[in-house]
Amino acid sequence: MVDTPDKNRESAGQAGPGAVMSAPELRGWFAREVLPLEAILIQFLRRNWRNKSEIEDLLQEVYVRVYEAARKELPQSAKPFVFRIARNLLINRFRQQQVVAIEAVADLDTLEVSADEPAPDRAAIAHEEFRRLQAAIDRLPPRCREAITLGRIEGLNGREIAQRMGISEAAVSKHLARGMSILSDLLHREPGEGEVS
Amino acid sequence: MTEPEAAKGVKDQAADWLQRREFWNWSAQDQSDLDTWLAQSPAHEIAFVRMEAAWRRTERLGALRKPMRLAQPLSRSRRWPILMRTAAASIAVVVIGAAGFLYVSRPSEKTFATPIGGRETLKLADGSVIQLNTDTLITLRINERERHVELKRGEAYFEVHHNATLPFEVVAQGHRITDLGTKFLVRADRGELEVSLVAGKARIDTADKNDQAHSAVLSPGDVAVATAGSLSVVRKSQSTLQTELSWQRGVLIFDNVTLAEAVGELGRYNHRKFVIADPAIARRTIYGAVPATDVDAFIRVARNVMGLKVQQKDGEIVFSQ
Repeated sequence: MVDTPDKNRESAGQAGPGAVMSAPELRGWFAREVLPLEAILIQFLRRNWRNKSEIEDLLQEVYVRVYEAARKELPQSAKPFVFRIARNLLINRFRQQQVVAIEAVADLDTLEVSADEPAPDRAAIAHEEFRRLQAAIDRLPPRCREAITLGRIEGLNGREIAQRMGISEAAVSKHLARGMSILSDLLHREPGEGEVS
Repeated sequence: MTEPEAAKGVKDQAADWLQRREFWNWSAQDQSDLDTWLAQSPAHEIAFVRMEAAWRRTERLGALRKPMRLAQPLSRSRRWPILMRTAAASIAVVVIGAAGFLYVSRPSEKTFATPIGGRETLKLADGSVIQLNTDTLITLRINERERHVELKRGEAYFEVHHNATLPFEVVAQGHRITDLGTKFLVRADRGELEVSLVAGKARIDTADKNDQAHSAVLSPGDVAVATAGSLSVVRKSQSTLQTELSWQRGVLIFDNVTLAEAVGELGRYNHRKFVIADPAIARRTIYGAVPATDVDAFIRVARNVMGLKVQQKDGEIVFSQ
């Protein structure tokens, strides 16, 4: 398997706030600091945006804005930075639509208060992570689950998966891509919130 | 402002790129095509980073390997049976695996060894099964008169087909384990012998036969630790024992062990040397599963889960804060 982002992650750790980062550093920062916020970010968007079919696009837009802004200057702390951008985006959209979700105002005001929670116990996180991974795999559609399991757990490559499942390589690609995509939603969001798109 | 691409479509494309890279032949041209796609828009780049981050987290899923996989036959291409018959006794030993060595030392005796990172399953004609873990050396003397095994180095798991008239005995570091119908694990490590009883019953007699206290009958869950001068028995839960047997599936499961213990275990399966540069992190605990012979997977866990710095130089892997 190709292995590049780890090196990036390490070097990104050395760039301090305010530093201008290279593309790999920026990616590393994004994966480490921003993606873990996705669960609460999507909750926030859902609470404050009526049209649920637009949530995914809103999320993408928040991410792009965060990315572009961080490219210019790395923020001190990712969470208030991300939510400030999300809030501004929503406010712009509210203005365009001339409707405002009632909860939005309260939400927007309380956001920064909870920016720094105490770090939970690492072992507990690891337990939770493991449980969550298992649950995520269990929730994949059967053929996706089979392809992903053969690939990730048994270590087979695409061709071998096709042989084992008795299906075409193109079909394996589809199952794998779909499985990866669903897993990305399940893992970046709270358990029980994976039924998106 | 141009209309942004729908998020769903971008996500699907990112997933497709990632599965192509991870599971199929990946050429320099493919990489360059991916780079082009990534450069087209930040949305592409973000979607890919996001997909990749989730995929990396699934690395720990190795632990989900079901024990039933043990019962499945190995795929035909990997199957490598050797059938040997001793002229006198026609007792056969079948070796399954790719990296086994067989020496014939004495006519009545057979020696099997695994290299570091290797694993072997020996199936004896009497129905008993012996699984050898990494860096293990074992000698079998099995015929109509005796079933005698010597564990000279390493670790082995025994599933013994009981035969009251022909006891099965394992000798290691001078201590003797006698099966009374049983499954057990024997590990010889730095002058200490550990016998974990998974099922059935077994007796252990330590090297010092004169002392009555140096003998014990083990029940399931019992773990006997014998050194040159002492024998102690502690109890472990079945789930703990199963965790310790995860090497049979090529996986090491760490259940809240310290980093020092984890790299110690990993060192048994790999040639590379692990160094913990900072004493403070040696005591940090770790939970999860890694493939026993995939050092890089462990390094990623150390970096991404534990947040450690990992440097590789001169064949050494150095962990620091």
